[in-house]
Amino acid sequence: MSANKKVTLKTFRFNAETDYLPYYKHYEMEVGKDELVLDLLNRIKWEHDGSFSYRRSCRHGICGACAIKVNGKATLACKVNALELVELFGDELVIEPSSKKRAIKDMIIDKTDFWDKHAAVKPYVVSDVDPHPEAESKQSIEEFNNFLDSDLCIQCGACHYSCPALEVNPDFLGPAALNAAYRFTIDPRDEAGDERLKITAEQGTGVWDCVKCYECAEACPKEIDPIGKIGKLHNLQFVRGVVESNVATRHAEGFLRGMKKTGFLDEADIVTYSEGYLGMYKHIGTALKMLKTGKIHWHSGIPFINSIPKIKNLDEVQKLIEISQTNKL
Amino acid sequence: MSEQLHYALFTGCTAKQSTPELLSSTLAVAEKLGIKITILEEASCCGASHLQDFDEFLAHVLNARNICYAEKLGLTMITICNTCQLNSAMTKHALDKDPELKARVNEKLAEVGLEYKGTSEIKHFLYTLIDEYGLDNVKNKVTVPLSHLNIAPFYGCHNIRPSELHGNANGGENPYNPNSLDRLIDALEGNPVNYESKNKCCGFHVELQANHTSEVLSGNALLDALDNNADMMVTPCPLCHLKMDTYQDSIGKVMGRDIELPVLHMPQMVALALGCTEKEIGLNFHVQKAKQLYTA
Repeated sequence: MSANKKVTLKTFRFNAETDYLPYYKHYEMEVGKDELVLDLLNRIKWEHDGSFSYRRSCRHGICGACAIKVNGKATLACKVNALELVELFGDELVIEPSSKKRAIKDMIIDKTDFWDKHAAVKPYVVSDVDPHPEAESKQSIEEFNNFLDSDLCIQCGACHYSCPALEVNPDFLGPAALNAAYRFTIDPRDEAGDERLKITAEQGTGVWDCVKCYECAEACPKEIDPIGKIGKLHNLQFVRGVVESNVATRHAEGFLRGMKKTGFLDEADIVTYSEGYLGMYKHIGTALKMLKTGKIHWHSGIPFINSIPKIKNLDEVQKLIEISQTNKL
Repeated sequence: MSEQLHYALFTGCTAKQSTPELLSSTLAVAEKLGIKITILEEASCCGASHLQDFDEFLAHVLNARNICYAEKLGLTMITICNTCQLNSAMTKHALDKDPELKARVNEKLAEVGLEYKGTSEIKHFLYTLIDEYGLDNVKNKVTVPLSHLNIAPFYGCHNIRPSELHGNANGGENPYNPNSLDRLIDALEGNPVNYESKNKCCGFHVELQANHTSEVLSGNALLDALDNNADMMVTPCPLCHLKMDTYQDSIGKVMGRDIELPVLHMPQMVALALGCTEKEIGLNFHVQKAKQLYTA
């Protein structure tokens, strides 16, 4: 009995030199249980159309060349079993490059922005080393383990081109570059940590522009959890005292203001405190609409003054904040 | 069902403040279905991923305290907000797999007479309806079928990603092809709208510091739903609701198109189909006019 399945590959085709618009071609093939997505790309090229173009090199999940998207899912072609995707999406697989708008030819994209952003965070150990050392530069296992997973990045771009913040804001550094920034910032041999933390804290480009969607964690074929590293970069700004007070950092710290008073976030206070009184004007229109419909409401007190209910045993939360808070703005 | 389902409800901040309709519709649905709810009145804010950016350890301590109260009752803790779900589950996950962290957190909790044990599960109400109450049982209780409505499911990031963390708490939902809300809409006899943006981000969390990003992400989703003939959108997350309902006007301006699409909370949609009262469903609290959806 054959476990083969008949699959249609709806495949993105585009040649930036000759085509005005991209188009899709359908290739039908019997797919066996051991075939990887990369095998299917090879078969398109070898059995259907020799002009079909894609990057591939190691076939072992280590060079990062063959990252594409299948039905919108970031896929390292040499690592993912094709029939597993058929099980998830049905027998038509949509084969597309990681980023359609950056396509040069079929699956091949222009990754200039990826490399530029990577370079911008100084992705190397910055250290004034003795050129003739007499002893090894040692690291403990713990120090090494702190960045072991972030060091596994193969620069495939799967996270970078799955990041919706980056799609809207092309200046955002993106998850891969931020992961690299974290990796070198916590390397004990490195001396440029504070500088890197400042680069990655810039508003409009840095960690505070992450939308917290977890697409990068889902996309990474090496299970690095880039957003976890972005979280650590947030924390490090406070831990190392390089943080600047701005709308984003006040927004993070400001949660405690309401929690100390009522146990809940104070939705109005977090906006005024984060934005500052001058920045508040942007929200007046929305606040009025919310008042009109009752989203900001009167039934539990006067809005902005005492309308938030208090949790039971509020004193516990106050005490826990007092004894557990480790960072400050 | 032989035994009555009983859950500890973690309301989160929004259901107690700007979205009272979320709390009232949740309680109304539970009552109609015969699910017993005990509200965790002691529970505080989950930190919404922002407090975590500031002070991760403190956020774990406060979330562990919330979970302690569900543990004391011996109940599964249910959430009605994706972000509450994620942040509570992240603390549970971190403490359950790291005994040293758990001990450090418990050292603090001991100061207020509490101990985190790790005995309670944490689930979003959506998934208890599907996996524990059962969609067939929900279907049997429908009195106002939603067959006249094209409903765009909007899943919200924090219920479906990261999939590794959620494990089975969300029925093993695949973040690239989620179907729970679609199946719920089917059970209520509504017409699920299939559109690409259903598993995408609404941008709520950068509303203040990266407003343009936030508006465009919401705008993409709202327009995608509209262009696929949606009459309304439904979401299990009140933060997605707040972003896409409250700011719909300004989103429309950024996108250069008029947008008029009611964005309902998941329990409001169920409440409509179960024939709950207009007051319980609370469509009057919406900024984008939604009252027309109540037809019973």
